[in-house]
Amino acid sequence: MKYIEPHGHMVSRTTDDYLNMAMAGCEAICEPAFWAGYDRASVQGFYDYFRQLTEYEPARAAKFGIPHFCWLCINPKEAEDAGFAREVLSIIPDFINQPTVLGIGEIGLNKNTKSELAIFEEHVEIAKKYDQPILIHTPHLEDKLKGTKLIIDALKNAQVDRSRVVIDHVEEHTAGLVLDEGFWAGMTLYPESKCSPARAIDILEQFGNEQIWMNSACDWGISDPLAVVKCALEMKKRAYLPRQIEKVIYENPKTFLSQCPNFILPTD
Amino acid sequence: MPDKEQIIDLYFMDARCKLLEIAAYQDRVDRHEGEEDYRHHAFLKALEAMQNPSEGNTRVQAVLHSLSDHSQTPIPKATIQGAFGAAHSS
Repeated sequence: MKYIEPHGHMVSRTTDDYLNMAMAGCEAICEPAFWAGYDRASVQGFYDYFRQLTEYEPARAAKFGIPHFCWLCINPKEAEDAGFAREVLSIIPDFINQPTVLGIGEIGLNKNTKSELAIFEEHVEIAKKYDQPILIHTPHLEDKLKGTKLIIDALKNAQVDRSRVVIDHVEEHTAGLVLDEGFWAGMTLYPESKCSPARAIDILEQFGNEQIWMNSACDWGISDPLAVVKCALEMKKRAYLPRQIEKVIYENPKTFLSQCPNFILPTD
Repeated sequence: MPDKEQIIDLYFMDARCKLLEIAAYQDRVDRHEGEEDYRHHAFLKALEAMQNPSEGNTRVQAVLHSLSDHSQTPIPKATIQGAFGAAHSS
């Protein structure tokens, strides 16, 4: 079945993962900038990372016939040092016109600190200045509810176009907060945290299948690059029709991502 | 859409397995030496929340709310980068 992986950190994955995703029907991969598992020591480290995202990774994906796109930012885990974060923000415009850049992301909060929030708001201003969509990371575990509320308040204050913002990693206690305010919601399918396939389908049944997508957020941690297609199989077990499945795993992400001028699929 | 029996057909064994894991986890904590920390107390409280969700909440929402930080203002500074799964206040 064809699907879009709207959130995968492929720089952390192997060529076997690309092969398996291609064979499973992946039509596009979108890679938000994220934490490398360690704090980078210099702005130059981010410069190199942004080159990896915009030059090298699209070439690697192309070897498997998958278009690769990316989002740019400094992630909230490295936003505690606001001075350093602002230096990284200053180089984002150097890359924003690269042909596979989709927007600003995954920005957001991690531990819900004042500095994280300030840098989040500055990212939003960059997105507004350059007319870019936004992909947002919500915090982990016990910090998610509070962080999601702080993020939504900040976005309201910034008066962003809500139809061009996706708030990711929603769970049952945050999906309604996001969707009721008119934002897009992303569900992340993780083996140990965030959503299982069964719970993601429960969320669809309770909150509807509009303005929502699912992703694997596969990275260097415990994660599964085939999580989206495995959830599609779970939907099939629950007697969803093929068109209902395709809406969630292909049409919905395509609808949101098509707001990004650079999101062009070969099949279009 | 599947009816209740079909949902039970699909998920009962998986849920039974996870229920046993929860029971075994509690037995394991009980059996071992030392002090329980806030996470275990939060876990037990979340189990109660699951059994008695407040008005307007599903069981899973009750569990997630029970394990969440309910403070409302940003903290001055992060002391760690990770999360533990339960708020100290839960």
